Amino acid sequence: MSKMGDIFVIVEHRKGEIRSITFEMLYKAGEICKALNHKLTAVLLAGKGQPFASDISKWADTVLVFEDDRFMDFDSDTYKEVINRLILQQSPFITLIGHTSWGMDLAPALSVRAGYPVATDCVDIIVEGGRPKAIRQTYGGKAFSRVSFRESPGYLITVRPGAFIPPDGAADRQANVVMMDIPSDLGPAKRDFVEFVDTAAGEVDISQAEFLVSIGRGVGEKENIDAIKDLADKMGGTLSCSRPIVDMNWLPKYHQVGTSGKSVRPKIYLALGISGAFQHVAGISGAQTVIAVNKDKKAPIFRVADYGVVDDLFSIADALKEKIKG
Amino acid sequence: MNIVVCIKRVPMTQEVDLEIDADGRGVNREPLAYVINDWDNYAVEEAVLLKEELGGDVTAITIGGEEDEEILRRAMAMGADRSIRIDPGDRVMDSYVVSRVLAEVIKGIEYDLVLTGVQADDDNCGLVGIMLAEHLGLAHAAVVTGFTADGNQATIKIELEGGINEVSKIRLPSLLSIQTGINEPRYVSVIGIKKAKKKDLEVIELGDLPLSDEDLSPRTIIEEVYLPPETEGAQIIEGDPSKVADEIIRILTEKGVNV
Ligand SMILES: Cc1cc2nc3c(=O)[nH]c(=O)nc-3n(C[C@H](O)[C@H](O)[C@H](O)COP(=O)(O)OP(=O)(O)OC[C@H]3O[C@@H](n4cnc5c(N)ncnc54)[C@H](O)[C@@H]3O)c2cc1C
Repeated sequence: MSKMGDIFVIVEHRKGEIRSITFEMLYKAGEICKALNHKLTAVLLAGKGQPFASDISKWADTVLVFEDDRFMDFDSDTYKEVINRLILQQSPFITLIGHTSWGMDLAPALSVRAGYPVATDCVDIIVEGGRPKAIRQTYGGKAFSRVSFRESPGYLITVRPGAFIPPDGAADRQANVVMMDIPSDLGPAKRDFVEFVDTAAGEVDISQAEFLVSIGRGVGEKENIDAIKDLADKMGGTLSCSRPIVDMNWLPKYHQVGTSGKSVRPKIYLALGISGAFQHVAGISGAQTVIAVNKDKKAPIFRVADYGVVDDLFSIADALKEKIKG
Repeated sequence: MNIVVCIKRVPMTQEVDLEIDADGRGVNREPLAYVINDWDNYAVEEAVLLKEELGGDVTAITIGGEEDEEILRRAMAMGADRSIRIDPGDRVMDSYVVSRVLAEVIKGIEYDLVLTGVQADDDNCGLVGIMLAEHLGLAHAAVVTGFTADGNQATIKIELEGGINEVSKIRLPSLLSIQTGINEPRYVSVIGIKKAKKKDLEVIELGDLPLSDEDLSPRTIIEEVYLPPETEGAQIIEGDPSKVADEIIRILTEKGVNV
């Protein structure tokens, strides 16, 4: 029975827009549906009059819409309650949720509540013998693992943003949009949304830079940053960084590249001492050429870079300075 | 404000060649050095800061062997009042089981707030915290970068994507998974950690907890762990720094960046 259950995709939206992870999940779910003859259902919780259903109607066979002003902004408590009931009623074979801040708050709780096992941050999904298996990365991308689940009426998988980029023409379905009843006995929310604040704006807009010299934790000490800043200035580049540099207050937030910082699209991204965690490299997918310098030849950054240098970043920085001077 | 903070000791894997275990289901952890998980370090600091501001006490908990007591002593050196190690014996646990076991122990503690890190640096799952919240029936938020208590509720900052934060109010007691950068974890000296040895560290055997086989049965199974293929990826620029620098400048020029 579970074998023929639908594949559910939980629609993620923010500030009145569907987030791209939603289409990435719909695309991947669509591929699985085609191969295995499942139906694709998008589950949408939204505020009254938010016109999302039409945006996704070409991506699913059914869109189940729960429309209520309490669903305007994500709230894990209310969302969890509504989705849990739906899942227990309909036993979807696989439910996809984004591995985003939103999904990281929803999926683990939903898994416990519904009794459905979950695998997070998956970069691929395989179905074998009527059961899904998830491919995910561990140790910051240095190793991969294949995870299977204990038998269950259904399974939850959270999907890494950027793992499944839909090609043109991927939206080839025509959905039946179904307005769902809102459960009348939803408890009071334990969390109230207040506002959004932008923390990434600042003096320098790294997203506009043509050439970024970017530093990671490999820079070692705060004092070492000056030398790299000097290099960036001499080369006419703009300084950017990975998250730990901002966490340690070594540089202001507006320098940060990655999912929780900025997406950049320079001609050249020179990464110095950055390991290449997905949250970082998600921010450089728009870079034309990536050159990475790292002491560790197994650093995951070398799998996404165009050019790699296995060496100490300071020797390379010094050598570059010499050349520019001369 | 009484706070429970759940922490984990993880291997450092930067600049190491990982080896796959003989059974192909994990990495060989023997040659690796261990530290407190980075996210958990921020969670401990946050707990201690809140205690210093508002009073109350802080309990640090880990599931692990004797060698993992090091991070509990470290948490106490930072300011935690007591700590608990739950000894798993040779039980294989997934995030579900870990959260279930933690819930069982935390149920017996008086708390207003439970903190965990967003994720652990080894398995990168990001599950235990929010699963634990659900077992305990608590309000929860993931990826938290700010906390201000306000009576029986708190104003929190939740980090979303693209530099956007969400400000929300949350009822206490609640569980928050703490994101790096929320504070500046204090420095602890080796002497401080050694001294903390004498402080209150309780050990609980898994077998002494009223948990059923079902509670302790993993929901997910790691079938295989493998290293990525060596062949894919960057074209490596060989040579001494001077030669490498020439090549980098050549690439820059070729791509239209003038230096
Ligand atoms: C919800 C969430 C959001 C996140 N958002 C972001 C984000 O927006 N941006 C981001 O960057 N991260 C983000 N992260 C963190 C991310 O997971 C990684 O922890 C982080 O990117 C690691 O930064 P790093 O590569 O600088 O440090 P590390 O992973 O510690 O890597 C340092 C690297 O430097 C190398 N190195 C050390 N010394 C030298 C030397 N002398 N010369 C050359 N190489 C050297 C090492 O081999 C290593 O590879 C986020 C995490 C979470 C959970």
